[in-house]
Amino acid sequence: MTILKVENLSKSFGGIHANQDISFEVQSGEILGVIGPNGAGKSTLFDLITGFTKPDKGSVIFEEKNIFGLRPDKISNLGVGRTFQKLKPFADQTLLENVMIGAFSKESNQKVARDKALEIIEFVQLLEKRHHYAKELSTGQRKRLELARALATDPKLLLMDEVTGGVDQKTIPGLVELVKKLRGRGVTVITIEHNINIIMDISDHVLALDQGKKIAFGIPKEIQNNQKVIDAYLGTIDAA
Amino acid sequence: MSDLKSAQAEPLFNSNKKMTYLVLGFFAFLILLPALGPTKFFLHLMIMIFMHAVISQSWNIIGGFSGQISLGHGAFFGIGAYATSFFYVEYGLTPWAGIVIGIIVCAIVAILIGIPMLRLSGHYFAIATLLVGISFQIIFQRWDFVGAASGLWVPLTSEDSLYAIQFHSSKVPYYYLFLIFFTIIFFITWVISRSKLGYRLRAVRDDAQAAQSLGIDVAKHKIIAFAISAMMMSPMGSLFAQYILIVDPDRMFNFEISIIALLITVLGGIGYVWGPLVGTLILIPLAEYARIFFGGTGGAVDLMVYGVVLMIICIFKPSGIISFLPNHILHREKMR
Repeated sequence: MTILKVENLSKSFGGIHANQDISFEVQSGEILGVIGPNGAGKSTLFDLITGFTKPDKGSVIFEEKNIFGLRPDKISNLGVGRTFQKLKPFADQTLLENVMIGAFSKESNQKVARDKALEIIEFVQLLEKRHHYAKELSTGQRKRLELARALATDPKLLLMDEVTGGVDQKTIPGLVELVKKLRGRGVTVITIEHNINIIMDISDHVLALDQGKKIAFGIPKEIQNNQKVIDAYLGTIDAA
Repeated sequence: MSDLKSAQAEPLFNSNKKMTYLVLGFFAFLILLPALGPTKFFLHLMIMIFMHAVISQSWNIIGGFSGQISLGHGAFFGIGAYATSFFYVEYGLTPWAGIVIGIIVCAIVAILIGIPMLRLSGHYFAIATLLVGISFQIIFQRWDFVGAASGLWVPLTSEDSLYAIQFHSSKVPYYYLFLIFFTIIFFITWVISRSKLGYRLRAVRDDAQAAQSLGIDVAKHKIIAFAISAMMMSPMGSLFAQYILIVDPDRMFNFEISIIALLITVLGGIGYVWGPLVGTLILIPLAEYARIFFGGTGGAVDLMVYGVVLMIICIFKPSGIISFLPNHILHREKMR
């Protein structure tokens, strides 16, 4: 079943085409990896889908509903969660409070929201840190905080921007395991990731972008051998 | 799993018995205070403390909770003052009804000016509120219908009257009136700070984009905070008008009200439920005693001392005097 269908999505900033006619589909329950060199338009694509940037044209169909151009909070309430590349924890509040704010999106009862937040904090394996302020947590822990906070809103689709970016090597495997475990919660995931090995490991499909355009879409094996993708990453070899 | 179970068995809020008794004891003392035979001046001082604690708390809701700096909050004080006096002077309507009218008008005004203004962020919102505050004063100075620059003189009743909220023989009834509003408004703030709304307002303040990503309508929440804040300010204007029995634009729409609400809150602890009270307990006695020793307006000595205190606080304890309290107690009483 298709959960998200993006068609001809475009956005320019001034004369620069940040995203140009991007189309793809995401199947319910899968993990879609988005790759591309810096400036390829990956984060812009996330912002367009989640409403943080107004798209110029195209359509975004989530569960048969057009969410093109809606406000971010409306899109979130429909069941599309996200994390940010540049982390945005509520720094002066505890981990538990951060996640509770997410839980309050669907639940008004304090106790129910708290217990749900705790269950999710356990899922991201930070239970013992629940009363720590967000500003006291390490980058890896804050990534987990953002994931937990987004999960607490009960998203059907979760967009994760750079799960392993900026964390030390030791922390990466745990985060990757966590993304894989999301499948078990019935959450469909789109993830931006720079580490090709990780993308190939966790993704069912991969979307490759370069200079604002889609250059490839397919299962990881196809992408690995796709000439356009190789060129985009390694640069075209000119006869120089 | 048992770990999760024990975490879920924790109380929602750690209540500290000692603090609870301290707060209850404090309020019991306030209730009994007039029986101790305080002087008229001391009662006046307490009334000023209650009033300033509330106007600062009102400011704290928008400034501390939702993070928008308002410099025109005196406008809501003035609206409250005029609402009671105008309807009493013109139609003989009891000021009690005037208090309610003031609160409703303030909510409507806050929503109407909040919708366009809260789209402005940071300094721009502050500047816009400053201008709104000033323009209210100018409008009321020229508006003949409400007495223009000379204002409204509330006709005095021959004896003390609860209906007209006028007490000539003693300040004690005023003391209790202000105490009741002080208690209610601090209680409401305390409830909000622990509620879903409180959590969501803090989220909006700390990071609007992250809040949006969690389904929070940022604009709506800022307007709610602005309206609640305005509704808390209004009854203080109403009661103050009943206390001095004259309303005029220079007194009731005084820019100083907007500024003092901000200063007290920042000094006491912005974003903390008890911050405005702490700030008030320091500044208001300082101001009132300076008035005694130096006459008239106190020779601005209170403001000089205050300026020094504020500088020291801003350098060493930027989150206010209340942050001298130990962390575990603070955490419970915070909005931040």
